[in-house]
Amino acid sequence: MAIATENLIADLQSTFGTALSNFEQPYGLLTFQTNKDSIIQVLKYLNENETYRFRFLTDVCAVHYPTTKELAVIYHVQSMENNFRLRIKVFIPESNPKIPTATVLYESANWQERETYDFFGVIFEGHPNLVRILNVDDMVAFPMRKEHPLEDPNRIDKNDTYFGR
Amino acid sequence: MAHIQLDSDSLEKETTTLNLGPTHPATHGVFQNVLEMDGERIVSAVSTIGYIHRAFEKIAEHRPYYQITPLTDRLNYCSSPINNFGWHLTVEKLLNIETPKRVDYMRIIIMELARISDHLICNGILGVDTGAFTGFLYLMQERENIYEIYEEICGARLTTNFGRVGGFERDFNDIAILKIKKFLTTFPKVMKSFEELFNRNRIFIDRTVGVGAISAEKALNYGFTGPCLRATGIDYDVRTANPYSSYNEFDFEIPVGTNGDTYDRYMVRNEEIWQSLRLIEQALAKMEKEPKGIFHADVPAYYLPEKQDVYANMEALIYHFKIVMGEVDMPKGELYHAVEGGNGELGFYLISEGGRSPYRLHFRRPCFIIYQAFAEIAKGSLLSDAIVTMSSLNVIAGELDA
Repeated sequence: MAIATENLIADLQSTFGTALSNFEQPYGLLTFQTNKDSIIQVLKYLNENETYRFRFLTDVCAVHYPTTKELAVIYHVQSMENNFRLRIKVFIPESNPKIPTATVLYESANWQERETYDFFGVIFEGHPNLVRILNVDDMVAFPMRKEHPLEDPNRIDKNDTYFGR
Repeated sequence: MAHIQLDSDSLEKETTTLNLGPTHPATHGVFQNVLEMDGERIVSAVSTIGYIHRAFEKIAEHRPYYQITPLTDRLNYCSSPINNFGWHLTVEKLLNIETPKRVDYMRIIIMELARISDHLICNGILGVDTGAFTGFLYLMQERENIYEIYEEICGARLTTNFGRVGGFERDFNDIAILKIKKFLTTFPKVMKSFEELFNRNRIFIDRTVGVGAISAEKALNYGFTGPCLRATGIDYDVRTANPYSSYNEFDFEIPVGTNGDTYDRYMVRNEEIWQSLRLIEQALAKMEKEPKGIFHADVPAYYLPEKQDVYANMEALIYHFKIVMGEVDMPKGELYHAVEGGNGELGFYLISEGGRSPYRLHFRRPCFIIYQAFAEIAKGSLLSDAIVTMSSLNVIAGELDA
């Protein structure tokens, strides 16, 4: 059974209305945006729907957009039976980076959300153990945010002007 | 209920805390498990990872695309060519580059060799962990042969930095082809004797059957992919679900297990090795039918020109300079590309806003996602079984931490 993209979009739009927006298909992968209040309902609907069966959370990560002072949390979900992938984006403000946790649906979200918290400071509300995972526990920064340079900007022994680093 | 009973005012604990790792020979990598033990049984396990975190995602945001390939080497370092080609395929998808068929077949040969070497390590070490050293020594010799093939083609052995965006840096030479053909004739015999040593070995079966089992539903919920998922009976393989690099032209099977235990994972890996051999044979035959001497796509803006042209040809010099200095502007785009790595779906989520380096690059590392189930699988099992389980999950520290 295959999912027709148009039907899926129409169904999602009729179920969630204006909570979903910006449907697009970059490189053939259906992508849309939602908000933090609806994300769990959307994931739950996709997961529990017997036709779609998006039972597999492929990936959770975040992207920082300093110009709009936003963080995007990106979910990739997948329906193995239908061989169909989806990308769902949720934009949250940098000043209040809170989003409900997906661990209620997928165990695999646990460490991936911890990683996202560790690097971007996204707070997943309701997460069972939201602590740093790869960085040291007493780190204060969220290093993948764009304001943090790769190397110590005070170093003068390393002039990489010509290589643009 | 613990075996040791203490009074309520006792300062002692009823359980023993055991640090397994970060540098323990049985973890095969740098990561720690803090185990609460009741005698020989594990009451709870807390995994600590990040000991070799090298901030690859951050570094990747500051490097031109061709300099990211060596970073991917160090993810799953038991099968680094798969990571390299996965990254190249991602960039090729971004740039809409179509590689010649011969390049696809060459890649398949190398990727399947890498899969074999990855599985050889996992199954060989599984033997060591259950107390049988001989099989491991047999297989290490064969891994050496695979590494010699790598060495002949790209010059490196472990962290290979294989190929370039668009294809390979050079063609397979005659010695490389001979070495691959020799490997195809000698390896099956060694593999057979390895299987004879283990598959129906009483001790091995007692140590692995029913150990570290996980149900198919649980495995899916935990985000399992690769041999660990297939051992539970789900035939998901990126090579057939979303074929890349012309895998759709090949005839091979996806082996599946039934119980999702350590023995099934072992058997799935073994069977995959045989399937990989089939793939290499087919790819060699197909490659020989293709016109000789083609080993990269014709994309001068992204693929380094021949060195002698750089000295003699103005355009080649310009391209050479632009590529080496990272002055090539990449198109804008956002994509996710996955390949079947040694441990499962290795995904690259790439956002390019134009410019020399990615705006964001995220690696979906299968190990990282699989390993979080370890605490639950290990709970209630014997310590020695937990070691075998960890071994069969094939946790590679490089892929765990990125």
